[in-house]
Amino acid sequence: MSKGSMVMQDGSLALKPGYADHAADALRDLHQTGDAVFVDVEPHHEPASLIQLGFWIYLMSDCLLFSGLFATYAVLHGHTAGGPTPSQLFDLPYTLTETMFLLFSSFTCGLATLAMNADKKNATLGWLAVTFVLGLGFVIMEVHEFVGMVAIGATAGRSAFLSCFFTLVGTHGLHVTCGLIFMAVMMAAVAKKGLTATNRARLNCMMLFWHFLDIIWVGVFSLVYLSGVVH
Amino acid sequence: MNVANETVAGHGPHGEHGRHGPTHKQYITGFALAIILTAIPFALVIGHVVSDVLLVIAVCAAAQIIVHVVYFLHLDRSEEQRWNRMALLYVVIMVGIVLGGSLWIMYNLNHNMMPGVMHYKVWK
Repeated sequence: MSKGSMVMQDGSLALKPGYADHAADALRDLHQTGDAVFVDVEPHHEPASLIQLGFWIYLMSDCLLFSGLFATYAVLHGHTAGGPTPSQLFDLPYTLTETMFLLFSSFTCGLATLAMNADKKNATLGWLAVTFVLGLGFVIMEVHEFVGMVAIGATAGRSAFLSCFFTLVGTHGLHVTCGLIFMAVMMAAVAKKGLTATNRARLNCMMLFWHFLDIIWVGVFSLVYLSGVVH
Repeated sequence: MNVANETVAGHGPHGEHGRHGPTHKQYITGFALAIILTAIPFALVIGHVVSDVLLVIAVCAAAQIIVHVVYFLHLDRSEEQRWNRMALLYVVIMVGIVLGGSLWIMYNLNHNMMPGVMHYKVWK
């Protein structure tokens, strides 16, 4: 028997306090199956739209975090302390390739959403795998760029510009890495349990997160790389 | 915005409003617009074409962010997304204050701290 309800001796269904919201679901199931004993009333199933709103609020607060980093970079990007300048360090075609990796991954993530909504489990997993590979390509390219910069002495401690650069771009890269972990976990969950309601809600959050990271990258690419080379 | 109304079957928990899911068309449009809005400033910067290139970069970035929000995050005018819009509006205002305010203050600070203008002002 479930946590939220119990069958009385006369066979009626009684609800424990705090489970009133689930009474309707339980009764509907009772009508459909005629068998209350196997109804599982979980006490913490929020509607999917509420979960998405909560995750949206998180994304917005993450935006505020990035706005601080963007503002710091915008103020200090010229303070190179005699060290390398943005236009000496940045290789625009290389960064454009990175951008394309992330943009394509956003697109394939959208295709995964469509596959999920069409109840195609294997297609969902396939597009998620493509998204994962593209995201991983982005992270590898970024790490390669950082390693190259450190190798020529352009470390985070060299100048205020480089401190801000590594903090802003590094924070974004860390978010993408977290997104990849999130994606790997969700792929395992879908592979194991299929496209259940819980997995759908979580996948929707993951996909929002992934598109959100691409939006932040638009800001990074424009403010840091494109504007940096113009100066 | 002209969105093809493909109703998604088996949409689970939020199907009660007859909500329409995202479509292929939306993603392809968003993707194409994003590519164009990336290519324009990139080409201008690489080719050193215009003098006001910073403005073009800013406009293209803002346009691309809107494209992403509409076509990838699917933020629309539905009642369901009212609070999402409110949260976004709040963040846009805050980002404007943080970014714009920082730049404004620091520009004035740098301007006033220039060696040439370091003199006592006569306050009237």
